[in-house]
Amino acid sequence: MVAELTRDEMLHNVKADYKYGFHMGEEDYAFKSGKGLTREIVTQISKMKNEPEWMLKYRLKALEIFLKKPMPTWGNSQMLGDIDFENIHYFVRATEKQGRDWEDVPEGIKKTFDRLGIPEAERKFLAGVTAQYESEVVYHSIREDLEKQGVVFLDMDSGLREHEEIVRKHFGTVIPAADNKFSALNSAVWSGGSFVWVPEGVKVEIPLQAYFRINTENMGQFERTLIIAEPGSYVHYIEGCTAPTYSSDSLHSAVVELIAKPGAHIRYTTIQNWSNNVYNLVTKRAVAEAGAKVEWVDGNLGSKLTMKYPSIYLMGPKAHGEVLSIAFAGEGQHQDAGAKMVHFAPDTSSIIVSKSISKDGGRTSYRGLVKVYPGADNVKSSVKCDALLMDEESRSDTYPTMEIDEKDVTIEHEASVSKVGEDQLFYLMSRGLTQDEATTMIVNGFFEPFTKELPLEYAVELNRLIALNMEGSVG
Amino acid sequence: MSATPILEIKDLHVEVEGKEILKGVNLVVNAGEVHALMGRNGSGKSTLSYTLMGHPRYVVTKGSVKYRGEDLLALSTDERARKGMYLAFQYPVAIPGVSVSNFLRSTVKARRAVDIPVKEFRKELKEAMAKLGVKDEFLSRYVNDGFSGGEKKRLEILQMALLKPEMALLDETDSGLDIDALRTVAEGINALANKDNALLLITHYQRMLDYVSPGFVHVMQAGQIVKSGGSELAKELEAQGYDWVTKELASSGSSK
Ligand SMILES: Nc1ncnc2c1ncn2[C@@H]1O[C@H](COP(=O)(O)OP(=O)(O)OP(=O)(O)O)[C@@H](O)[C@H]1O
Ligand SMILES: [Mg+2]
Repeated sequence: MVAELTRDEMLHNVKADYKYGFHMGEEDYAFKSGKGLTREIVTQISKMKNEPEWMLKYRLKALEIFLKKPMPTWGNSQMLGDIDFENIHYFVRATEKQGRDWEDVPEGIKKTFDRLGIPEAERKFLAGVTAQYESEVVYHSIREDLEKQGVVFLDMDSGLREHEEIVRKHFGTVIPAADNKFSALNSAVWSGGSFVWVPEGVKVEIPLQAYFRINTENMGQFERTLIIAEPGSYVHYIEGCTAPTYSSDSLHSAVVELIAKPGAHIRYTTIQNWSNNVYNLVTKRAVAEAGAKVEWVDGNLGSKLTMKYPSIYLMGPKAHGEVLSIAFAGEGQHQDAGAKMVHFAPDTSSIIVSKSISKDGGRTSYRGLVKVYPGADNVKSSVKCDALLMDEESRSDTYPTMEIDEKDVTIEHEASVSKVGEDQLFYLMSRGLTQDEATTMIVNGFFEPFTKELPLEYAVELNRLIALNMEGSVG
Repeated sequence: MSATPILEIKDLHVEVEGKEILKGVNLVVNAGEVHALMGRNGSGKSTLSYTLMGHPRYVVTKGSVKYRGEDLLALSTDERARKGMYLAFQYPVAIPGVSVSNFLRSTVKARRAVDIPVKEFRKELKEAMAKLGVKDEFLSRYVNDGFSGGEKKRLEILQMALLKPEMALLDETDSGLDIDALRTVAEGINALANKDNALLLITHYQRMLDYVSPGFVHVMQAGQIVKSGGSELAKELEAQGYDWVTKELASSGSSK
């Protein structure tokens, strides 16, 4: 029956009773570190995970770097200055054991997942679920055909245990600990995240999905993801992030490294909806070798401050990179997001499309870099940024940087800032839609080039989130 | 004719950006009636239609409008629409990224105040589209985005067919239509007209009125309705132009 409906019909056939954000019934943790960050805590995290010595050393080195590195001076330094690193739990373990079957997952956590609709999603067409509950992956399953194809899809902790050599060879090679203060922090205290390895020539037909969720007050979440696509392979990885609202500030600082070997194709989709007090400071970077293709599809809603600039290093000839991102900033929020494309090789191409909406005094910034190194001739790059302002108090800025050290390149750049048109609103309201409904419809339309790239259930979720954000009643 | 008119406009004065455009419009429309409103470019026809629909730029400075006895001007645009007012726009607005099918379903849901099951709605929609010669592919296109002039007008009529208004204002729905489209659209309009609703057709051309024959024809000039008559008035205008009305008014001294 459902199959007979078109995607468009399903997408807009959403019930109105959707509500986000909740607390767990009981606060039942197997382990919770004290607040603050010391060598002892880092060592304890590593020991609890039974990590090899090299990882402990890596963590401790990263901690030193973190403590020495100054805060970024760009983005929103005022908001960054408010982060109290001493007031954060760097490690929380929800249960001792990882569940592999749904039945093994503890009841309280199941309820959480039920609210997120994960079991249904899984029953339908999940390839594998790795759902991060607090700092540890507690539920994880891989469908048999994936295993048959030889695809590895694990949480990062298990990845390290079971595939130590692959991890050691690639971990931190795309984003070194010293890259920036927050990558250093993540490298010191990382926990969870996903490890994906796709063998040569294997196409993973179904998106790999992961859900992340912060559920403890004052808890940092530092997941670490590493995806390696061997030559000629394809994988689509999706993460959805949501967080309930808490009164004091939480920190989310992930590191995501993608490696697309020659001719491989990686698509990485994120829908994040952190609660309005989360600092979301994420480093995402991909390496695309010859003829490889990498796409970041990145949706940023919620959080207090997001600073995130997915980047692609186009290392080999004919590599192609795309970043398609949306950002929504409401009251008290700043979405400082963008993209970086670095062309090291000839015949490489890149596309950046950024769409942002600011409302109720919210602020969005596009911060982008297109860099072309000498010798990288016949490069093509296009950048398009559209900002939509919902009212007079809201703000949008663009900081596009172009560093082009080669003559034979084609670079296009377009930027627009517009307001929700009175005539569009009037047209929709003259058909009986309330002002809120009309506005939401216009906003959904504005984001449609992004939404249409998402699998249906994520598109539905995004539209609902936008509707909630338009009402200003998230939480 | 029922006791309460559907629409009752009294001495309506309207300003746009501080400039008075409507200068005392009077008009009564009863259920079952079809009215035509004609007049030169810039005489204030669209201003009247926007005002009746509640566009925020059009400020009523004097006068009253009653809709089925209720103060229309006190209602918001969306309330007017849900109560059965409808405006087919002279220049329909594009809503990029919003599919026609999603748009139509949302508006129908708003107007009927019930959620219609997707498939039921689709059936109804396909029937209405077939009658108006709207192609299926339109459903997945974005509302009025890149539509030709005639396509936009057809979509306006399709919406009217689905929303089933009680008082429909059609602002030059006939312009931009080719001859076949004009006939289809006119047939669509006729199919919708019944004894319980009413239509106000704003038009420049007799050819539309050949299909949809109005019982009442009004001429607007400089923000007022200066002459009203039956369908013969439209024919006279077609033959003689508006100068004839202007001259007649000047000689009778009934207007400025
Ligand atoms: N937003 C506006 N700002 C300034 N003047 C306006 C505005 N809207 C309408 N007007 C003026 O009001 C007058 C009436 O315009 P209106 O659109 O109502 O005419 P109309 O009778 O519908 O003409 P047409 O036959 O060309 O459609 C015109 O002189 C027009 O320029
Ligand atoms: Mg007009």
